[in-house]
Amino acid sequence: MAKLKLPKFLIAAAILYAVIEGLYKTELINGYILHIINQSLVYVILAVSLNLINGITGQFSLGHMGFAAVGAYVSGTLTTLIFKVTPTAPEGMLVFIFSIVAGGIVAAFIGFLIGFPSLRLKGDYLAIVTLGFGEIIRTIFNNIDYVGGPRGLLGIPKFSNFTVIFIAAFLTVVIIRNLIESSHGRVLLSIRENELAAELVGIDTTQYKVLAFSIGAFFAGIAGGLFAHLLQLAHPTQFGFIKSVEVLIMIYAGGVGSITGSVIAAFALTFLSEGLRIGIRFVADTTGLPIGGEWRMVIYSLLLIFIMLFRTEGLMGTKESRLIKIKEAE
Amino acid sequence: MGSIFNAQQIVNGLQVGSIYALIALGYTMVYGIVRLINFAHGDFYMIGAYAAYGAFFAFNAIFVDQTGVLAFIVLVASMLAGGLVAMLANRLAYKPLRYKPKLSSLITAIGVSMFLEYFFSAIPSIGPSYRSFPDIIPRVEIQLGSATVSNYVIIDLLVAAVLMIGLTFLVKKTNLGKAMRAVSQDKDAARLMGIDIEKIIGFTFLIGGSFAGAAGLLAGMTYPRIFPYMGIQPGLKAFIAAVLGGIGNIPGAVLGAYIMGLAETFASAYNSLIGEGIAFAILILVLLVRPTGLLGEKVADKI
Repeated sequence: MAKLKLPKFLIAAAILYAVIEGLYKTELINGYILHIINQSLVYVILAVSLNLINGITGQFSLGHMGFAAVGAYVSGTLTTLIFKVTPTAPEGMLVFIFSIVAGGIVAAFIGFLIGFPSLRLKGDYLAIVTLGFGEIIRTIFNNIDYVGGPRGLLGIPKFSNFTVIFIAAFLTVVIIRNLIESSHGRVLLSIRENELAAELVGIDTTQYKVLAFSIGAFFAGIAGGLFAHLLQLAHPTQFGFIKSVEVLIMIYAGGVGSITGSVIAAFALTFLSEGLRIGIRFVADTTGLPIGGEWRMVIYSLLLIFIMLFRTEGLMGTKESRLIKIKEAE
Repeated sequence: MGSIFNAQQIVNGLQVGSIYALIALGYTMVYGIVRLINFAHGDFYMIGAYAAYGAFFAFNAIFVDQTGVLAFIVLVASMLAGGLVAMLANRLAYKPLRYKPKLSSLITAIGVSMFLEYFFSAIPSIGPSYRSFPDIIPRVEIQLGSATVSNYVIIDLLVAAVLMIGLTFLVKKTNLGKAMRAVSQDKDAARLMGIDIEKIIGFTFLIGGSFAGAAGLLAGMTYPRIFPYMGIQPGLKAFIAAVLGGIGNIPGAVLGAYIMGLAETFASAYNSLIGEGIAFAILILVLLVRPTGLLGEKVADKI
C-alpha cells in the first residue's frame, strides 16, 4: 500500500491557515472576505463528501443538502434549545463540538436508513429517490414547530469561526482521502468502474454503497451544523434541491472523483457566486435596468450545461494534487 | 364532509390525474426512446402555460365573441411552445451527449431545467411573481349528486382524453408511430432499416413537449395562476406516475397518473403533510416492490 504523504499536506494546510489568519489579523482582508472563505470551507466539506458518493463510488445522489439540514437542525437544537450555551461560556466550545458531531451521526444514521433500500437502485432512479428524500427531510423540518417551522431555527450562537471550520475541512479531506486509499476505498472505486464485475468477485456492493452513502451523509451533517453556527440560523430554504445542485456543480466542475478538484471548485464557485451577486447589483444600479438575482442562477445553470457538453470530466478530471496524491502500486 | 373518499374528491383526483397524465406521457415517451429522465419536462409545462397566457392577451381583442376559436388558438399556442422548446433542448443540450455516459445527460437535463426556470423568472415581463390566469372560457358550476363540478373539470378531462386517443392512434397506426416504436426497441436495427433516428427522437420530444404544454394550459386555467417554478412539483409527480405505470409504457403512464392524482387528492384531504409526501412514498414502494412498474416489462441487465 502506498504511503500517505500526510506531513507534507499538513504543512501546506498549516501554511494556508497561517497566511489567511495573518492577512485577517493585519486587516489586509476584512471580515466579509473571511466570511466567504468560511463559507467556501464549508462547501469544501459538502463537495468532498458528495464526491465520495457520486465521484468515487459512482452513485448519483441529489439530496445531499437534506443531510446537511439534519446536521444543522440537530446541532442547532442541541446548542440553542437544549443546552442553551453561548460562545463565551467556558464549556461552550465543548458542547458545540459535541453537538456538531451528534448532528453528523444523526445524519449518517438517516443516510443509512435511506441508503439501505434505495441503493439497490441504479443511476437515475437513485437520483430521483435521493431528491425525494432530500425534499421530505426539508418538508418535515418545515412542519416542526419546536425548531421554528417555516421561520427556521433562529438565534443559534455563532460558534463557527475560521479555525473550527478550517480544522473540520482539513479533517474531512484527510479522512476521505485516506478512505479512498484504503482497501475499502478500492472496493468503492471498483463499484464505480464496474458494479457487475465487483459483485462477481464477491463484493457485497449494496453494503459498500450504503457505507459510502452514510459516510458522505455524516460529513454533510457536520457541514450543515457548521453552516448553522456560522449564519446563526437554520432555515428550510437553505437546504433545498437547488442548493444540492450547487454542490453537484462543484464536483462536476472540479472533476468527478478528484478531491483536489472539489476543493478548488468549492472555493472558486463560492467566490464566483459572491462576485456575481455584487456584479449583478452593480450593473442593475448603474444602468437602472431591472436585473434581479435570478441571473446568477441563469449563469450557474449555463455553466453546468457547458461543463457537461464541453468538459464532461471537469477541471481536474480524476487527477489529484501532488500533496494528497494516491501513489499507484509499483 | 364525512369520508375522504367522497364524490368531490374523486372528481378532483381525476382532474389532477388528467394533468399529470399529459405530463407523464412525455416523460415516458422520451425515456422509452432515449433512456433519459428529462428533468426539464416539467418546465415545458410551465412554458405552455405562459405561451397560452401570452396568446390569450394577443388575440383576445380580435376574437371578442368567438370563445371557441380563441380557446383553440390558445391551446395550439401552448402546445407549439412546449413542443418547440422541448425540441430545441434536445437539439442543443441532449443530442451532443447521446453516446456519452447516461449520467451526463441527466445532469445536463437538471441544468436545462434550472436554466428555463431562472431565465423565465429573470425576464421582468414574465417573472418572478405569480400571475393570475384569465378565464378563457366562462366558468360554470354544475351540481352533480354530492359533487360540484365546474365545466373546467370536463374540459380538462376531455382535452386530455382527446390528446391521448390521438397519441394512441399516432403510435399504433401510422408509419411515424411504427418508427418511434422501432427506435425505442432497438436503435441500431432501426437505423439499419433506414429510419432517421435523430429525426424520430426530435419528433418524440416535440410530441412530449406539446403534451406538457397543453397540460400547462389546463393547469393555468384550473388553478388559475402561473409562475416560473410551477413545473417543478407536477413534473416530479408526473415522473413518479410514469415510474408507477412502468416507465417507457404509454398506457402505464396514464394509469399511473390517474392513480397518483387520486391518491394525492385523498391523502391531502386527510392531512396536507401526508399529501405532500405521498408521491415519494409511492415511488419508494414501487421501486422496492416492483421496480418495473405496474405495466412495465422486466429488463435484465446485459452482461
